[in-house]
Amino acid sequence: MNILVCVSPVPDTTTKITFVDNNTKFNTEGVQFIINPYDELALTRALELTEKHGGEVTVITVGTAGTEPVIRKALAIGAAKAIRVNCDPVDSLHTAQAIHSAISNESFDLIFTGRESIDYNSGQVAGLLAELLGMGLLNIVTSIEVEGSDVIATRDIDGGKEKVSHPLPCVASAQKDLCEPRIPNMRGIMQARTKQLNVVEYADAYNDTEYLSYDLPPAKGAVKLIDPANAGELIDLLRSEKKLI
Amino acid sequence: MTLDFNALKEEKKGQDTFQHPDFYAVDDLLTEEHKLIRDSVRDWVKREISPIIEACCQEAVFPHHIIKGLGEVGCFGPQIPAEYGGGGLDYISYGLAMQELERGDSGIRSTASVQGSLVMYPIYKFGSEEQKRKYLPKLATGEYMGCFGLTEPDHGSDPGGMRTTLKNINGKYILNGSKMWISNAPFADIAVVWAKADDGKVIGVIAERGMKGFTTPETHNKWSLRASATGELVFDNVEIPEENILPGVRGLKGPLTCLNSARYGISWGAIGAAMDCYESAVKYSKQRHQFGKPIGSFQLQQKKLAEMLTEITKAQLLCWRLGTLMNDGKATPAQISLAKRNNVAMALNIAREARQIHGAMGITGEYPIMRHMANLESVITYEGTHDIHLLILGMEITGENAFA
Ligand SMILES: Cc1cc2nc3c(=O)[nH]c(=O)nc-3n(C[C@H](O)[C@H](O)[C@H](O)COP(=O)(O)OP(=O)(O)OC[C@H]3O[C@@H](n4cnc5c(N)ncnc54)[C@H](O)[C@@H]3O)c2cc1C
Repeated sequence: MNILVCVSPVPDTTTKITFVDNNTKFNTEGVQFIINPYDELALTRALELTEKHGGEVTVITVGTAGTEPVIRKALAIGAAKAIRVNCDPVDSLHTAQAIHSAISNESFDLIFTGRESIDYNSGQVAGLLAELLGMGLLNIVTSIEVEGSDVIATRDIDGGKEKVSHPLPCVASAQKDLCEPRIPNMRGIMQARTKQLNVVEYADAYNDTEYLSYDLPPAKGAVKLIDPANAGELIDLLRSEKKLI
Repeated sequence: MTLDFNALKEEKKGQDTFQHPDFYAVDDLLTEEHKLIRDSVRDWVKREISPIIEACCQEAVFPHHIIKGLGEVGCFGPQIPAEYGGGGLDYISYGLAMQELERGDSGIRSTASVQGSLVMYPIYKFGSEEQKRKYLPKLATGEYMGCFGLTEPDHGSDPGGMRTTLKNINGKYILNGSKMWISNAPFADIAVVWAKADDGKVIGVIAERGMKGFTTPETHNKWSLRASATGELVFDNVEIPEENILPGVRGLKGPLTCLNSARYGISWGAIGAAMDCYESAVKYSKQRHQFGKPIGSFQLQQKKLAEMLTEITKAQLLCWRLGTLMNDGKATPAQISLAKRNNVAMALNIAREARQIHGAMGITGEYPIMRHMANLESVITYEGTHDIHLLILGMEITGENAFA
């Protein structure tokens, strides 16, 4: 079975977030990008599935040339080849359309994304892509197996879990606990040098979404520590200082 | 003592948030591939080593289960060509891998250094094609573990005086003698052993566990490198098949060539230990309050931190340059001595200063400081003591031998 894994490059979680152009654009200057952690789970699980059932994993990233180190890492982890859609995506629909156009001549049994990217957290690409492809979606899965021509997946639902079966091909999005992400090894890193990374153009003019401004969450206020022996002080402070009671 | 490694990994998952200091943007001198290698080894250390290492050291247990993982990640012989199972990577990649392992623990780095530089390297460099094919791929995966026997009870800094002999008696090669302080000895499948041949020249042989007369008693009660197994190699009339003799070298040059490769890795490794101590000290100095202020706001603590960062930065640049010389095949033994001597002493000093910054907490296993400090006492002694490297440099400068 052949699996496509959609990989989004996201800023490293320790990045100091700043904005430029009147707070309308994320400042990528000096930012270290990593594979979106949910996508890393999708990739690892996809590799496990192809190791068990045969076939290969292709990764796809919508982004400019600067995203290639992240793609190389995905290849080092074990993907057989990669596609980079050369465009700077504006929003989730733009990303989904770019992926859809790039794979129009290929067929995959399973298309795997993360449940959301940890930068903009829209969580929409999987659904939009399923719609564009006319496929079913198994959203937010914590386990996924292939049995014959079906996938059996466990989904996180509100307050519980749901076990579903769905015929291939389909789209799935990965949730944490799906697997332990694979760390690339030196052999894989060496092999990634020569693996195929196809760059395809996607030039559709797209400007549906305009970003008006970004704001950082308010800075964390000072913390006042109260000795457990003086718990009464807490009540006084809540009453006199915070005026909450 | 048996440790529940899985429980420890579960309990301490995600607690290691190490990030390296890079004051001079040395990362810009590295390729994307170098950084990926470094980050991969770091991620592996955070997942497999950090959660268990304190317990291993407290209980003096070598975590055997990590051998497979070390092999999978590629830490055994990254600099050995891929056709023999190595990584086929350059010396900067090798150095960065050692830095990350030693950031976890010097004992784990020692296990990898011995395997890659002291066992795989001599077989690769001086072994026959059959020896290379027979041993290297299995050593690269960790299926075979090796050790390196040079030091003897009465000959440490002066290996030329060794008493272990390989005698040709009626057409059979017989090994006699003993080696001491040998890392990995207690569990090694094979040992690269240096002995004197009939002509008095040093010769290398591959001894295999199970050969009659070959035993490996473990050395106990170490206060340093407690997560690394150390032992003796005892040879009592051990018959060595001719095909186990390394054909490619005669004389002390053999073991010394291997030491160059290992010492190079140690000079990077020491930076890792220093970075770990520094990072912990910076964090602690911000969290710990005395006299109503974080201790990091006092000049005396800032001096310590500033000097640590200065020394780490110098060591990073030194290693990077040495790595490029190694890649070009131009690094001299004296240049490697300078780096090993400087960086290990640097790391030990930083561990001591960091220990002070942590106050009483610094002596506990809550922080990695005392473990690194105790480990580095071995690192400053093995692979040529601090003094011996000074003498090597002295001889390089003056042309005068001050050893004997
Ligand atoms: C944990 C550990 C692991 C080790 N692993 C290995 C291993 O895997 N394989 C292996 O072969 N060896 C190993 N060693 C041994 C190590 O390489 C030796 O301990 C080291 O070479 C020093 O030898 P020594 O201990 O006999 O000290 P000595 O040589 O006796 O030195 C004692 C002191 O005298 C000084 N000194 C010696 N000669 C001179 C001189 N000419 N001028 C001035 N000062 C001098 C030294 O610098 C040192 O301070 C290991 C050691 C340790 C602690």
